[in-house]
Amino acid sequence: MVQKATTPRKKKPGRPPKAIATGRNDMPATEDLTAMYHDMLLIRRFEEKAGQLYGMGQIGGFCHLYIGQEAVVVGLQSASKPGDTVVTSYRDHGHMLACGMDADGVMAELTGREGGYSRGKGGSMHMFSREKKFFGGHGIVGAQVPIGCGLAFSHKYKDEANVCMTYLGDGAVNQGQVYESFNMAALWDLPCLFVIENNQYGMGTAVTRAAAGPALAERGSAYGIPGKQVDGMDVLAVREAGLEALAHCREGKGPYILEMKTYRYRGHSMSDPAKYRTREEVDAMRKQHDPIDQLRELLIKQNVKEEALKAIDGEVKAVVTKATEFAQNSPEPDPSELFTDILLPVSAGTAASTEA
Amino acid sequence: MGKTTYRDALRQALSDSMTTDPNVVLIGEEVGRYGGAYGVTKSLIDEFGPERVIDTPISEPSIVGAAVGAAMSGLRPVAELMYVDFIGMTMDQLANQAAKIRYMFGGQIGVPMILRTQGGTGRSAGAQHSQSLEAYVMHTPGLRLAMPATVSDAYHLLRQSLAQPDPVVFIEHKALYATSGELDDQTPVAPWGKAHVPRQGDDLVIVTYSRQLHYAILAADKLAKDGIEATIIDLRTLNPLDIDTIRTHVERCGHAMVVSEGVMTAGVAAELAARISEECFDFLENPVIRIAGEDIPISVSPLLETNSVPTPELIADAARMMRS
Ligand SMILES: Cc1ncc(C[n+]2csc(CCOP(=O)(O)OP(=O)(O)O)c2C)c(N)n1
Ligand SMILES: [Mg+2]
Repeated sequence: MVQKATTPRKKKPGRPPKAIATGRNDMPATEDLTAMYHDMLLIRRFEEKAGQLYGMGQIGGFCHLYIGQEAVVVGLQSASKPGDTVVTSYRDHGHMLACGMDADGVMAELTGREGGYSRGKGGSMHMFSREKKFFGGHGIVGAQVPIGCGLAFSHKYKDEANVCMTYLGDGAVNQGQVYESFNMAALWDLPCLFVIENNQYGMGTAVTRAAAGPALAERGSAYGIPGKQVDGMDVLAVREAGLEALAHCREGKGPYILEMKTYRYRGHSMSDPAKYRTREEVDAMRKQHDPIDQLRELLIKQNVKEEALKAIDGEVKAVVTKATEFAQNSPEPDPSELFTDILLPVSAGTAASTEA
Repeated sequence: MGKTTYRDALRQALSDSMTTDPNVVLIGEEVGRYGGAYGVTKSLIDEFGPERVIDTPISEPSIVGAAVGAAMSGLRPVAELMYVDFIGMTMDQLANQAAKIRYMFGGQIGVPMILRTQGGTGRSAGAQHSQSLEAYVMHTPGLRLAMPATVSDAYHLLRQSLAQPDPVVFIEHKALYATSGELDDQTPVAPWGKAHVPRQGDDLVIVTYSRQLHYAILAADKLAKDGIEATIIDLRTLNPLDIDTIRTHVERCGHAMVVSEGVMTAGVAAELAARISEECFDFLENPVIRIAGEDIPISVSPLLETNSVPTPELIADAARMMRS
């Protein structure tokens, strides 16, 4: 008989306890808060526009919107350091914008145009930026997790004080390769922060119908990986948990798991029967827990003027409008692009090449 | 039964099989309450209950592995893989377990399971959701492989597959779900393993399957206007491969073309061309022509996507060249 693990096993010595309550003692400066507000709003408006363009037939195929989850990626980016890497699944537009990738290039990729990050080859699910340390954009559920381990391995190997933030969904946590990665990351003390974005559903399957056992934050307990559940609708809670978890990884103490309790407002992709949850459930989330509304209220309490917030609205709107125009006016890829980017010409094979 | 869609014909086949055989169970991601990513299993959970229409976690290797175990112990599982592109994740269970069990255990036991999935281009789904990977399956001894092109075969090939003693990989095409046609649910166009010949002409033979059948028919209509009469063979299954039907028609016409959406190199078209060249050598007036997917990944850009795979125009042009 194997006992069902309901509590994490004993952790390796030297690991911090699962939940360190630090309280709100390091409230970020108002300008940092407004920057977060800006970033979340940019993602929201960008995604709304993407949804519209999809409806107009200008975006095809898949398009997984991040609306509702903005606090997760914005809070974590605000806690990260230059050089930290990010890898995620197909629900990636928010991550790319939060990493500082150009809205024009992201939108043009959604419309499959030459000006897109992948020059119209990748689409919504598949973009990359070496400069912004964003390593994709992966469509096979769970496949980004081992890749995140490899990125973290590189950080460690090269003695960089950086962490790889590896994002996965509440559905992806049931893929076997996730646990192979947890084991390796723990075994080798890799600087890998696993961020489980628990938006409560896979495509149409509630997490309770797909995942056995205790909280997803404890999925690493068998490997001694500390985990913590966080209110992913509260950008400050996310940031604080991120700071703590990233510090742990950066100090060479190995991986960490953050389970972000969040919610997606829109359908899984653009064709979604929306039968697996009620309208009321979605509305209640929006009304009571919206991450952007919450931060807006806080900013107003901190005496940020309405005009200042309006100015941010305007700024964001301008970025999205420009991106849309860019995406609409960017040409279709040239047919000759069919045969490019598959393999590089063969090298003479005399020395190991480091060009990727 | 009247006019129906490819999607509904598949569902009807599942429903009828589940009604007649209580050992048939469906297992896969979103097959139950959601009704399947492409709607094939819609409402079957209401008809047969969650004990027989089983929603799974996102765990492809274990979905297929569990189907293998269930099939070894008397059930007839129909596992669903949402996209054939995920077959790589399940390849061990398929190629090393399902395909080898009858052989390794000296013929004492088989694995009568179905792996239903869908592939192909046409929806801007990008590089990881648009592939045609039937060659992986065809390359693995011990697996059967069925690929329905028509509404009639969506029904009958699936029912025939459910009667097989061995594992069947059943690959639908995502661009065909909404196509409609007449379904006579009593009479299949051919028995399991036999090709169908929907059109006969004397000038060349086009051997194809799945969505490319429809492209071949469009091409043949055009060719007829130019006075070139094509025979079209819809293979229906790639394992077994109905080489007899191919041989009969190629010997008669002397010109053969094979058309497949999968990539050219080491693909299904390559295998078919090699077989035809070997078996019909004395009757061929030209080398066999392969029309197949380019050796490239699939783009989301509709323009690039369309040009990645054969089109009716490409098939017609190649046929004209062959006959000029
Ligand atoms: C290996 C694999 N299986 C299935 C799918 C189809 N699929 C795409 S997203 C998804 C649900 C994933 O849910 P989750 O991990 O919670 O992420 P979310 O979409 O909520 O961000 C499924 C089943 C896929 N892309 N890859
Ligand atoms: Mg989810």
